[in-house]
Amino acid sequence: MAAKSNLTNMVLVLGLVCLLCSAVLGGAYVITKAPIEAAAAAKTQQAVAQVLPHFETLEYNDDANYYTAKDGEAVVGYAIESSVVGFGGPLSLMVGVTADGVVYNTSVLSHSETPGLGAKCSTDAKFIDQWRGFDPSVKKISVKKDGGDVDAITASTITSRAYTLAVENALNVFSTLDPSSPAAPQDDSTVILSDSEESTNEVKEDNDNE
Amino acid sequence: MSKIKLLTDGFVKNNPTFVLLLGMCPTLATTTSAINGLSMGLATLFVLVLSNIVISLIAPVVPDKVHIPVYIVVIATFVTLLQLLMQAYTPAMYETLGLFIPLIVVNCIVLGRAEAFANKHGVGESALDGIGVGLGFTCSLTILGLVREILGSGSAFGWNFIGGHDGMLAFVMAPGAFLCLGYLMVLFNKYLKK
Repeated sequence: MAAKSNLTNMVLVLGLVCLLCSAVLGGAYVITKAPIEAAAAAKTQQAVAQVLPHFETLEYNDDANYYTAKDGEAVVGYAIESSVVGFGGPLSLMVGVTADGVVYNTSVLSHSETPGLGAKCSTDAKFIDQWRGFDPSVKKISVKKDGGDVDAITASTITSRAYTLAVENALNVFSTLDPSSPAAPQDDSTVILSDSEESTNEVKEDNDNE
Repeated sequence: MSKIKLLTDGFVKNNPTFVLLLGMCPTLATTTSAINGLSMGLATLFVLVLSNIVISLIAPVVPDKVHIPVYIVVIATFVTLLQLLMQAYTPAMYETLGLFIPLIVVNCIVLGRAEAFANKHGVGESALDGIGVGLGFTCSLTILGLVREILGSGSAFGWNFIGGHDGMLAFVMAPGAFLCLGYLMVLFNKYLKK
């Protein structure tokens, strides 16, 4: 059984065990760092490919979190990352907007919604498909309960609202870009960032009230 | 104690979910589908076996007064290791279970087996005990997950058999977890545990 306790052996054993454990974890961190980053990058690439029509090259704008997809010189569209607060936590989307301002497709990057309810926002075909070719100049971008044209997921109005808002934020980012120029100037990008952050914060308060 | 008995004890006599009622937090939270239950069970099995092995090795030199902190450091190390490995090599599974992996540290089964078994027995026996209890936990979680998935989403292991309709959603949420667990516990104790 266990050894008799005295100050020396307690400090020694606990210290040694902690030292060894941190060494093991440090090693594991170094080994897994590259694959973890690769997995995250692959996921983003996949999401961009999913939300935009065929493209050849991709440029990333760090400041406003969007990708510009080009086929030769022509801009195919923009894949915009958009994060809002959903029902269970952050809801992060990749929204593909073509050069004419129409949503091409959307994809969920991460969410923490209730399984079986809000979590359907990443699997419910009926909900996801309505975003294909969603034209904000024709349809009103809010859920039907709030007088818009978006069909909410059954029993998950808050998630649907958050999803809608994330798309709306992405469209707002898009509207500040100039589709005729390949990439917006750096100064503009900074403004875009602060704008989208403000609107995200407003949403948080809204949801808290509910 | 025979080696086979060590393995089977974890399934029936010491079944962590239906008999000992340990580790209820991951049990109730992750069993929304059979696959989730299975993955959570296997993740716990991994930590349980390795921590049992290491603790049975270091137990003789660990002073009595600091044995709990030492065990927790060992368990936490394996959990973090598992978390890093899952993130790197099975990102899809990490996405579903990520939130609950750190909870394995405070899962009573792991510390419970370290306290009640591993620190009094040899490496081989402790490893077998870890495998037995871990598999018992995995089976229980898979069964619970399967029942909740069938009732709540109308599917089994992701295969939907009611053609896109909603199941009884309550079973996917917390109240359904308690109901299913309760009834399974009744059945288990009546028919299996003699």
